Amino acid sequence: MSHSETIETTPIYGIMAEFTNPYDLVTAAEKAKAAGYYRMDAYSPYPIEDLEEPLDLHDNRISLFVLLAGICGATFGFGFLSWVNTVSYPLNIAGRPLISAPMFIPITFECTILAAGLTSAIGMLLLNGLPMPYHPVFNVPRFARASQDGFFLCIESVDPKFDRRETALFLESLGAEEVSEVAN
Amino acid sequence: MIADNPYTLSPAAVNDLRKHQSTALIVGIVGMLAMVVGFFLTEHGQFMRSYLVGFMFWTGTAMGCLALMMIQYMSGGAWGMMIRRSLEAGSRTIPLMMLLVIPILAGVTVLYPWAFPGADHLKAVHDKRLYLNVPFFVARAILFFGVWCLLMFLLNRWSLEQDRTGDINLARKLEKLSGPGIVIYAFTMTFAVTDWVMSLDPTWFSTVYGLLLCVGQCLSALATIVAVLILMADKPPLAGLITKRHLHDLGKLMLALTMLWAYLSFSQLILIWSGNLPEEISYYINRLNGGWEWVGGILLAFHFGFPFLLLLSQALKKNPKTLRIIACYIIVIRIVDVFWLVEPNFNKAHFQLHWLDLAAPIGIGGLWFSYFFYQLRQRPILPVNAPDLEKALNHGRHH
Repeated sequence: MSHSETIETTPIYGIMAEFTNPYDLVTAAEKAKAAGYYRMDAYSPYPIEDLEEPLDLHDNRISLFVLLAGICGATFGFGFLSWVNTVSYPLNIAGRPLISAPMFIPITFECTILAAGLTSAIGMLLLNGLPMPYHPVFNVPRFARASQDGFFLCIESVDPKFDRRETALFLESLGAEEVSEVAN
Repeated sequence: MIADNPYTLSPAAVNDLRKHQSTALIVGIVGMLAMVVGFFLTEHGQFMRSYLVGFMFWTGTAMGCLALMMIQYMSGGAWGMMIRRSLEAGSRTIPLMMLLVIPILAGVTVLYPWAFPGADHLKAVHDKRLYLNVPFFVARAILFFGVWCLLMFLLNRWSLEQDRTGDINLARKLEKLSGPGIVIYAFTMTFAVTDWVMSLDPTWFSTVYGLLLCVGQCLSALATIVAVLILMADKPPLAGLITKRHLHDLGKLMLALTMLWAYLSFSQLILIWSGNLPEEISYYINRLNGGWEWVGGILLAFHFGFPFLLLLSQALKKNPKTLRIIACYIIVIRIVDVFWLVEPNFNKAHFQLHWLDLAAPIGIGGLWFSYFFYQLRQRPILPVNAPDLEKALNHGRHH
């Protein structure tokens, strides 16, 4: 790669490497971690579980939110039915108790799933900072392939170990198909 | 046994299995002696019921092994490749259970109300006489075991042949038999549990019953096999071969079966509860009164709630120690479930736990495990020529 002096001085978002398959991407991420980089992200057409370790993706807050929402949904469902059947509109149905627990379960279950499902979808979007109208990685033309068949690793310039030339060479040494700078 | 097979059990592993085998045998013999004493000390009806609890649980475990094995031939999956040989050993205990069915066939007239002398005055029994009579009952039991033994025999034989010859057609044959085999299992087992357990109350019926017990059997089998697999996991040849991903998958499958059991149990309850018909509701009236409601509550909380919450955790599923504890725990709670299916039909007034209800599952379990460990050490622990073995071994290793 050759860079003119003017480009060298403009700040960039990071340096991105493209890989042709998920295995190379995981290996590259692991090596980058071993080399001391930690401000980086990977982009692939589908989720790759093995990236969890090298990228330190240990943000599990969503599970807690979903659990809490599920408990709230269940409590609401069962509570609402109990209130309807005992206070609001008590009905004697073939002599069964007013709180006819087995009959409440399907609706309680549905409320649990509804609350938990919505929370997981909305929570995922919010925690990911979505919707996001602009992100620098899209400045790389080939990045469109991240949703088709490209596997990308981007080391960000905020990483303390980041060096425009060194990092680019490092990524090239990992067997990347193409290494490009990501404009801010 | 093939000497150059890398998955032949190491002498240390065989030694371990031998030790487990004799421990289990001692437990089995002590349990059997206790049952012989119980036979003379207690009323024969109670003895037969306790025996039925033990028999049903361990037959279920053996049959669950057969069913899981056929399911895995159909579905594939790394989880099943690691436990296939254990499942095969489990299925080879079916002949033992065939031997142990004899006391039940001999005691039909003591155990089953429809076979009691003078039962004919019950209209339901009278009308079902064409099906519910002792000779036909015995003939059916023999037929069921015959079919199961045949399935077990063919699947085990072809799998061993695959080890020896590596013939690629054998994998096709195994799959081709497993498809119909699962259907045959579901049908014969539905009829078998209708005979052996549901007919304890000849006036009652439930259409989900067969499937409910089949799922329970698969869960018992899976828990047993997982516990045994982890027991062997630190000795060669299995040491280092079982990855966290395998354990994770097995744990997930246990979670799925736990949920399916709860789903089917609840389906039965809600249908009968909303119908509230006299001929159906008796089942739950027996089981939700006189102290039995506590057993039901225990099953709800500890057969579903507790293992469900435990198995949600990824860390607990990936850790062999915790997964083994959960598996052992599931085995115990499964026995409580079988107890709940059998006993409340008789002790209608109030809850009663006879010491034979403990002795029978433990005694038969000892014999079962002893024979199981004996079978387990007869073959290499992994099917060396199975087409997907390589892939299964690399499950959870991405390089």
